[in-house]
Amino acid sequence: MNITVRILRYNPEKDEKPYFREYSLQNVSADWRLLDVLHEIKWKQDGTLTFRRSCAHGICGSDGMKVNGKNRLACSVLLKDLNTNKTIVIEPLPALPIVKDLVVDMSSFFSKYEVIKPYLITKTPPPPNSERLQSNEDAEKLFESAKCILCGCCTTSCPSTWSNENYIGPAAFLKTYRFAFDTRDEAGDERLDIIDNPDGIWRCHTIFNCIETCPKEINITWHISQLKKRISTREL
Amino acid sequence: MIKNYDVIIIGAGGAGLRAAVEIPKEYSCAVLSKVFPPRSHTGTAQGGVCAALGNMEDDSWENHAFDTVKGSDYLGDQDAIETMCQDAIRAIIELEHMGLPFSRNEDGKIAQRKFGGHTKPADPNDPYGKRIPVMRACYSADRTGHVMLQTLFENCIKNKVDFYSEFFVTDLIIEDNVCKGVVAFDIATGEITVFHAKAVMFASGGYGRVFRITSNAHVGTGDGTALVYRNGLPLEDMEFFQFHPTGLWRLGILVSEAARGEGGILKNKDGERFMQRYAPTVMDLAPRDMVSRAIISEIREGRGIKGSDGTDYVHLDVSHLGKKVIDEKLPEITGFARTYLGVEPTKEPIPIQPTAHYAMGGIPTNVNCEVLADEKGNTVKGLYAAGECACVSVHGGNRLGTNSLLDLVVFGRRGGKAIGEFLKTAEYSEIKSGPESKTKEKMSWLLNNPGGEKVYKLRTELQEWMMDKCGIFRNEQDLSEMVSKLNELKDRYRNISIEDKGTVFNTDLMEALELENLLANAEATVYSALNRKESRGAHTREDFPKRDDENWMKHTFIFENSGTPRIETKPVTVTRYKPMERKY
Repeated sequence: MNITVRILRYNPEKDEKPYFREYSLQNVSADWRLLDVLHEIKWKQDGTLTFRRSCAHGICGSDGMKVNGKNRLACSVLLKDLNTNKTIVIEPLPALPIVKDLVVDMSSFFSKYEVIKPYLITKTPPPPNSERLQSNEDAEKLFESAKCILCGCCTTSCPSTWSNENYIGPAAFLKTYRFAFDTRDEAGDERLDIIDNPDGIWRCHTIFNCIETCPKEINITWHISQLKKRISTREL
Repeated sequence: MIKNYDVIIIGAGGAGLRAAVEIPKEYSCAVLSKVFPPRSHTGTAQGGVCAALGNMEDDSWENHAFDTVKGSDYLGDQDAIETMCQDAIRAIIELEHMGLPFSRNEDGKIAQRKFGGHTKPADPNDPYGKRIPVMRACYSADRTGHVMLQTLFENCIKNKVDFYSEFFVTDLIIEDNVCKGVVAFDIATGEITVFHAKAVMFASGGYGRVFRITSNAHVGTGDGTALVYRNGLPLEDMEFFQFHPTGLWRLGILVSEAARGEGGILKNKDGERFMQRYAPTVMDLAPRDMVSRAIISEIREGRGIKGSDGTDYVHLDVSHLGKKVIDEKLPEITGFARTYLGVEPTKEPIPIQPTAHYAMGGIPTNVNCEVLADEKGNTVKGLYAAGECACVSVHGGNRLGTNSLLDLVVFGRRGGKAIGEFLKTAEYSEIKSGPESKTKEKMSWLLNNPGGEKVYKLRTELQEWMMDKCGIFRNEQDLSEMVSKLNELKDRYRNISIEDKGTVFNTDLMEALELENLLANAEATVYSALNRKESRGAHTREDFPKRDDENWMKHTFIFENSGTPRIETKPVTVTRYKPMERKY
């Protein structure tokens, strides 16, 4: 089949502002990933087209971008999942400064991740020569949140991020959950205090954009609600 | 710009991050990576990491070592293998203490499952008798590499490690056998920085992108191995490249051995469980080299299944495991089958084909991760390597599943410790003039070369030829043809030209630099393969079908030599495991 793709282009060395450029591709297959389309353009039509990618199967989280208005991983969307009768529109992830074309500056995303202390905090020393015990049931409670690949699709799709650049955001909250609900973690209030503030979890208005966009199909809002419940029921 | 650090680590996958955690706090340490750390390829590992914890049944590190030696087809250095398997138990406990969310058994201990090539004696009183599969692989559903990478990254943040993400390393500064740092450019700005260091560690990963069908990420271009090779240092055992038997058909995306560990079965077009003919005792859980050869043999003998594009595959069937097991233990890989092939694994078999997966060879090191300058065991002062880019050698001719993640954490830590010791007395050595000039020249050449040859075209030809001529089955004629092709590609590379002439995030330029690295890795691989006239592990010569212990119990050390490499050898270290026929 033949398709048309409109891509937002911006090269800070040349362009005053971003603009759309259209590309036509002939004889592509419905099985192609959108990433294959981007490669086809880059390798055969326009070597200046710039985007991030690595694993090409939805694990490394490099190629988050806006596809027909929704944040997705280019390697996890197949052409058959899109309406190819219409032009496919590709833009960089929103709410982050564009570095070039589809590459955005992720530094604020990662600094919010670092703020929430994304590591196990313990006070009791572990047994010297063996693992800490944890039931498989308790371990599996963490697995959905631990699936997060830090692609940034959720945080940049959230209206609260758009209206407040300091908003910690769903990806970082999910990581807070990952540790706050780990039976081995002993951070207690220290963890909850970080997100219980004006830039924190109460700015989540359950709009569900995060769930809708998450390429790993994580129910982020549910995890956030568990954190809200824990914060609102703790004894101050 | 010049920056000074006590230690520079190149690569932010499992080995690099584990080493960074180990560097004592009094020393400055920076990790350079061409991607953000959590994007590293370690994250795609699925099935598990082995250690003889004995949480599910009796096991011992000696069993693990025996399996690793046998799996390596007796090319692994047995002292290094013993070190790794013994240390595995501590390493896994340590990961748990760091926070890694393992799946658990009924007692709340780390859960373990079966994996290819991991066995124990059926009768404990007969250690060299019949062996049966053992539950040794520790896991977190089928996302073990992902959570390991996350956990190590988290611990680096806790330890306030300095990261230079999206920095591309272009040169290694070695003068008078002393490593003094590296040259790199910031991908976002194109600015070149000289990182002056007392110690440098490569943890830069493998080079699977040299083959057309590969499970490796696009970043897997062997930048570290190529850089070391181009600086006159040897690479070891580069002819040993593992093809994982179960890559998604056409795409090469990995379908973990865990699928077979949980009971998945390989079938040919007649629905026959063909592995029972090739490995009667462990069948589908035979080591990867054997299963990959079996699949190609089935296809060659007309028992493959013809796909829509004319290429062949076989089936991996997990449907009999039931939805519950599949959803709980294999969610990720069955998701790949649904997304990319439109196959529902709970109901139908998954089309698979062997996929280029792992480099057993690499930068030679001793067990303390010090890089060897030659086959005699002399080291380069201040230079270290660990992980897939390194060759200790613990994997020999064929790596067992799960031993890669283990290698990362065991040798990442050992490297970090060795560097910590080295730094107690090390000082900065003065760098002679202009270390960045070579990088500047090369970048300016690539940006301005009028040539006309395209990166993607050369790369595609290289990948297709390597797959056909230097893949699972090899012979003298094919390899010689590959040598000629490689010479042609290297000639054409001189006429390479790129379209993007900018300095900001120039991925066109990066791909050209990566292609140069792929060519160097291919050269080392092909010449090493041509030289080894026997079949061992993943290196199968149709013209020399037998393993030849009399002449080839030795490692290949290949040195760059203006296009016609020089090859030396180093004997395999044997401790207690005498070579025997490798049957399963």
